[in-house]
Amino acid sequence: MSLAALMGLTLAFVARLITGAQGHWKGCPPKAEQRIYFANHQSHFDWVLIWAALPRELRAATRPIAARDYWTATPFRTWLTSEVFNAVYVSRTRSEDEDPLEPLVEALRNGDSLVIFPEGTRSNKGEPQPFKSGLYHLAEQFPQVPLIPAWIDNVQRVMPKGEVVPVPILCTVTFGAPLALAQGEDKRAFLERARDAVIELRPSHPPVSHASSHPNSHPNSHSP
Amino acid sequence: MRLVDLRDWSVTQQVALLFVVLFGALLLASAAAIVWSLREPEDADADGAWHRERVERDLRALWIAAVVFWLAWMSGPLGATLGFAVFSFLALREYISLAPTRRGDHRSLILAFFFVIPLQYLLVGTRRFDLFSVFIPVYVFLAIPVVSALAGDPERFLERNAKIQWGIMVCVFGLSHAPALLLLDFKGYEGRGAFLVFYLVMVTAAAQLVQELASRWLRRRPLARQIDRDFSARAFGLGVAAAALVGTGLFWITPVDPLRALVMGAVTGGCGTLGEFVMRALKKDAGVRYWGNRSSITGGVGLLDRVAPLCFAAPVFFHSVRWYFV
Repeated sequence: MSLAALMGLTLAFVARLITGAQGHWKGCPPKAEQRIYFANHQSHFDWVLIWAALPRELRAATRPIAARDYWTATPFRTWLTSEVFNAVYVSRTRSEDEDPLEPLVEALRNGDSLVIFPEGTRSNKGEPQPFKSGLYHLAEQFPQVPLIPAWIDNVQRVMPKGEVVPVPILCTVTFGAPLALAQGEDKRAFLERARDAVIELRPSHPPVSHASSHPNSHPNSHSP
Repeated sequence: MRLVDLRDWSVTQQVALLFVVLFGALLLASAAAIVWSLREPEDADADGAWHRERVERDLRALWIAAVVFWLAWMSGPLGATLGFAVFSFLALREYISLAPTRRGDHRSLILAFFFVIPLQYLLVGTRRFDLFSVFIPVYVFLAIPVVSALAGDPERFLERNAKIQWGIMVCVFGLSHAPALLLLDFKGYEGRGAFLVFYLVMVTAAAQLVQELASRWLRRRPLARQIDRDFSARAFGLGVAAAALVGTGLFWITPVDPLRALVMGAVTGGCGTLGEFVMRALKKDAGVRYWGNRSSITGGVGLLDRVAPLCFAAPVFFHSVRWYFV
């Protein structure tokens, strides 16, 4: 086993130890096919969490997006993103003649799956911010690739902004039903629909699914 | 002829026999449960199905507990301490996930997970039982709110700290008494700590199982309807009586005489049942039935559910054995 593979397994183990990293496949089964996963973005930990929630066989072909300037700044970061996670690098500074989506398009042409956070930045207000248009352009160019919405829950409590040590708290990743761009669908409408699909997956807090079938339950057993 | 021979056996052989009996009894109980589930078809009334589910859950917990107990014994002090430390970690993780904490609690939680748990179990492993008994109630009790206050967030300060402290008391302090029992040495009772843990688990489990079954058949007026519709005084009393009975029957593996074993069993069994009752109130408050995330497909861990009675019964048992009964 190579050092990178070992590092990957270790990271997945740590993520599971700290967060549980449970993947809940509500709308689709985990499957070895080309997919674009898109999720809400609340912390630096999000990618590792999704990655650890995936079955091990799917991890190698599922790639994150990494900002080139930050993630290639030191040899360790470069090694981590390129060898361990096989990340797709994008540049944050946009030059005139360059399409920022080009690396993603290339990865999809190769048959890889991608995980993207269409908000573009981390939000910690609960509701995700409006989605950037990249998702729409990818959906337009690759209509055959299923778009899987995902909701990452609780992760902002694991490592709030500005902290370095994560606290062990159970997190879940809920994967929803695949989405596709409808015929002639407007960009704005599609992005709104995609965002709603992500929000819809948010588990109700607290989990009360079994309370109704339970003789002990009371209508007021839900905490406010 | 039979029992006399047992006394001549070495401690190791006696412990081995204990495990053979334990796993044999569990096999029988599981077989009985399977037969029961075959006789009562799935479409029985929902209430019955739910009770059966609960008994099955308890049985499964007993299996897990027995295996953990065996592994802890096999691996000696180090393994027992490490194993229960991991259990504490997982239980506290579950507890904190459902207790709403704020950003300002981050450092307190780091303290709880990465300092309090290792230190408490280090004290157990090195048999410093005096410091072990006061470390969390005295020192951590002050350290957590200090760290929290330093974070500078006054909102719901008391509530947040109380919740964290309570979680540490249950998941770390309470649970750490189980390996402490394994390592506790009495005069003339050296190396038999596993028997004490076995005694503790047996009386707690007996109290709970009998209380479950009694509440199924008796249907008495519940003591606190809002918290648990099944928890009645009579069911509780029967559970305690069962614990006392089992405790007396097991007096020969403890360092005490039958009468003291009876009292010890009743007290410990009662504490375990009351502990679960308290946990149920807590879960009602949080709006969940099990600690695991039951709305999921894969299901959560639900570990806290299983260790809760032990968390409450173990400290009471440990200290009563140490101070009153020997």
